[in-house]
Amino acid sequence: MLAWTIYISFAAAALVLLVPPRFMTLARWLALVAAVTGLGISLAALIANPTGAPVTLAQLRWIPSIGAQYWLSADGISLALCALTGLAATAGVLFSWNIEYRVNEFFALFLALIGGVYGVFLANDLLLLFVFYEIAIVPKYFLISIWGSTNREYGAMKLAIYSFVGSAMVLFGILSTYMLTSGLGFGLPELAQNSLPHHLQMWIFPLVFLGFGILAGIWPFHTWAPTGHVAAPTAASMLLAGVVMKLGAYGCLRVAMGLYPAALDPWGFHIFWIDSWRDVFALLAVIGIVYGAAVALVQRDFKFVIGYSSVSHMGFVLFGLMTLTRIGLDGAVLQMVSHGILAGLLFAVVGRMIYDRTHTRILSDLEGMGLASKLPFATVVFVLAGMASMGLPGFSGFVAELQILVGGWNSYPWLTVVVGAGIVVGVAYTWRVMQRAFFGVPVESIDQYHDDHEFSPITWPEKAGSLLLLSATLFIGLFPSFLLNRIATALASPFFDGLRQGRW
Amino acid sequence: MAAFSYIEMIHTLAPQIALLFGVLLVLALDLGPLRGKSDEARWRASVLAALLSILAAAWLASSLALPASAAGLYRLTLLSMLINHVLLLLSAILLLLSVSVTPTRHISEYVSMILLATVGMTLLTGATDLLVLFLALELLSLCLYVLTGMDKQRAASSEAALKYFLFGAMSAAMLLFGFSYLYGIAGSTQLAVIGRAVSLAPQDPLVLMAIVLVLAGLGFKVAAAPFHFWAPDAYQGAPLSAAAATASSSKVASFTILLQLLLVGFGAAAGDGSFHFTRPGWLPVVTILAAASILIGNLAALAQRNVRRLLAYSAVAHTGYALVALQSTGPEAVSALLYYVLTYSLATLGAFAVLTVLQQQGYGDSYTDFAGFSRRSPIAALCLLVFLLSLAGIPPLAGFTGKFLVFAAALRAREIHYGAAVLVGMALAASAISFYYYLQVLKFAFVVEQPAQNRELPRETGNYLPLFVSVLLAVLVILLGCFPSGLLDALRGAILASG
Repeated sequence: MLAWTIYISFAAAALVLLVPPRFMTLARWLALVAAVTGLGISLAALIANPTGAPVTLAQLRWIPSIGAQYWLSADGISLALCALTGLAATAGVLFSWNIEYRVNEFFALFLALIGGVYGVFLANDLLLLFVFYEIAIVPKYFLISIWGSTNREYGAMKLAIYSFVGSAMVLFGILSTYMLTSGLGFGLPELAQNSLPHHLQMWIFPLVFLGFGILAGIWPFHTWAPTGHVAAPTAASMLLAGVVMKLGAYGCLRVAMGLYPAALDPWGFHIFWIDSWRDVFALLAVIGIVYGAAVALVQRDFKFVIGYSSVSHMGFVLFGLMTLTRIGLDGAVLQMVSHGILAGLLFAVVGRMIYDRTHTRILSDLEGMGLASKLPFATVVFVLAGMASMGLPGFSGFVAELQILVGGWNSYPWLTVVVGAGIVVGVAYTWRVMQRAFFGVPVESIDQYHDDHEFSPITWPEKAGSLLLLSATLFIGLFPSFLLNRIATALASPFFDGLRQGRW
Repeated sequence: MAAFSYIEMIHTLAPQIALLFGVLLVLALDLGPLRGKSDEARWRASVLAALLSILAAAWLASSLALPASAAGLYRLTLLSMLINHVLLLLSAILLLLSVSVTPTRHISEYVSMILLATVGMTLLTGATDLLVLFLALELLSLCLYVLTGMDKQRAASSEAALKYFLFGAMSAAMLLFGFSYLYGIAGSTQLAVIGRAVSLAPQDPLVLMAIVLVLAGLGFKVAAAPFHFWAPDAYQGAPLSAAAATASSSKVASFTILLQLLLVGFGAAAGDGSFHFTRPGWLPVVTILAAASILIGNLAALAQRNVRRLLAYSAVAHTGYALVALQSTGPEAVSALLYYVLTYSLATLGAFAVLTVLQQQGYGDSYTDFAGFSRRSPIAALCLLVFLLSLAGIPPLAGFTGKFLVFAAALRAREIHYGAAVLVGMALAASAISFYYYLQVLKFAFVVEQPAQNRELPRETGNYLPLFVSVLLAVLVILLGCFPSGLLDALRGAILASG
């Protein structure tokens, strides 16, 4: 049943494209129905599988001569991320309700992107996973370059090139793996069980991890993320931060770490304190956390703040992966879900609720508008999302980051201290934008946005989308075991045997 | 030569003879009953006659008992039969494209040149003798030179034809020179005999000389760098369907014969592809050609502002990718290479079909002409998206599958050496570059709005043939990408059956 999320998304994309441009409402509702159906199916699948054990959804021969199969399966990690995709898709459609330019094309591309994302999370065949991964690249370019704002063509092209370079690296890894394990085909479980010789893994792992890591915003290859996020229309930023960056992190976990676990062992020599790929990427992740937060602290553009905060939060995911402890990995997967929801929410407030009304995102301009009194709903949503993003207890971010910190403390105590400092900076930048954007003192004189200037009220799609995402983050924050149980089982499955070896 | 059986030859060459009858029919029609009729009627009648002869050729070809041979000069195997069918299909599509933009008033000449080129190509795929090979290649080339220069209204067309011809004549001379060495070595023009002679002394300097000369000659035909200089001008100056012929079907035929020569003629002189060049042979030469084509093609394409020139440079790059497959020579590699070239020719022909749609609407072929294309003709724009993304190698389109197979084949080289790995790595890096320039075109087609001043140009001419062809090709490209097994298994079976 879960496989239908893919088919429904692609079919709806084709269907929306056929809607004549005049019937904008029809296109919107079609997209909403498709997204909600996807969400419903993924939630039902999540509830129906309380253990999170891998379940095969479809397995067909695809290209027999090279051993590629059409093999979809879902374990706890995939289920959690599919649910996230459903949430992000639904919220994304709701927050793009006001798009009026080439509506049918917008939603068609949007749904095609979503279909690709579902496909990546569900694929259990390396080639199939890669195919879906690439399908997700192209719509992003058009979504940003057609409907985007600031510097959109530059941002879109940069993002597309970064993604494609990353996927070329991954493809090289896939090709070498395929050739070196000749005869095994592409099934992920088979490849994980019959691992490559140690020295080959050492070469392929960094290539594949970095290739996927680029899309996860790993420092110093994160620069596409802020520019891309800022240029993108609201729904595209929500998807970009919400699920597309998770594709990268998921690829790092499922493909890079799942298939080449031996590459995380020490090299046998060291350069300064670094003696394995694991140290290298942990260090890059921590730099990303602190650097992203520090840069977010000094931005003038509201959306850049959120863009850099995404880099910082994705650093947590990568750091959690590199801790190689059960709790750290649990936390990393949970952080993917949590950040997907929160980044979506923050981008929705900035891009849709504020920018579409004030037509500015510059903090010093917003400061004079007194948004807290004029847009109380947006203010409440942002404050809640900001608190969740800082990692306050009760929200999803807290559970995830706490686990990553605990895991990190076992593996990298010194780096964990630095991460702690990063969290403090995170509080600072969230506080700063909250203060300046919403609670600034209204300037009475020379202000064209003076009291007589009313903003259009918050519409029902915006309210529905915000409530959806807020309740999701609260639910995960209050009942984390709902996801954690399933994620933990998935991480304990035979697929990750190689990764677990003697570690937990 | 004892007992040359003309009956056998006529029997085997029946498809080509049908095409020749088609040529005569087209010429006779134009001189006789069509005299004084409108250009449009003449185009329709000529193309119809030509299509009939192609249909007859295809039917005759499928009714032959395989393998059929003609006096050791020409041997029709399952593989060459398969490729001939594809070539006939491509020629039919080319005819359909030419009828909708009517590049010239010399109608019967134009159509018969396309048919004659088809004769050359179909002969080429089965040639087992250097003489036939050379004759077929020259027949193909001469037709293409003429077709390129057919657009007499434009000076660019004549210039392109002249350039194409001069380069072509040069490369034909080199090829012939190389062949003369081969004859000196083997004392025969039969490829199989030459293969045996070469295997006795694969390191003979004469053999190496011949390899370099032959690869230079054929490198011109497949537009491998550094023998590609004619391509951008020929692509840009020629009438659309002539450029499309150069880009698609001629390439398929040339690659087939390149494979024949390398694997049958020089099979024993492959040499060593690693960086040490311990054993000379054709592999190092092919490696250099591939690397140069990939680099030069992709880098030069970055600077283009005209879609046809872009397609020319991308053709150079794609030749490089295809040559990567030759790092190994098993049936896997051969089928990968042929799959790649076939799907490439479909995608590039599709791109030319979309250019035809654009020309119908009264636009040129620079990037800016594509502004607002997705609003003017959304279906054609979607087709363009499919073709260019396939060329860029985005799954699930045919271009990706082809690239994957080619690179996988290269890495499967008998002796694992880093040369192949480095070459594949370079090709992947270069394909990341190529994504940029294909996206540039798509950006104009989908993102950039049409400037207000030329919104008044005529929109549709009522001829939906090129659009139909584009959709057909786009569907083919998608299907071959999603379900490559059919064609792949057919190719593999044919290769195994043909040896």
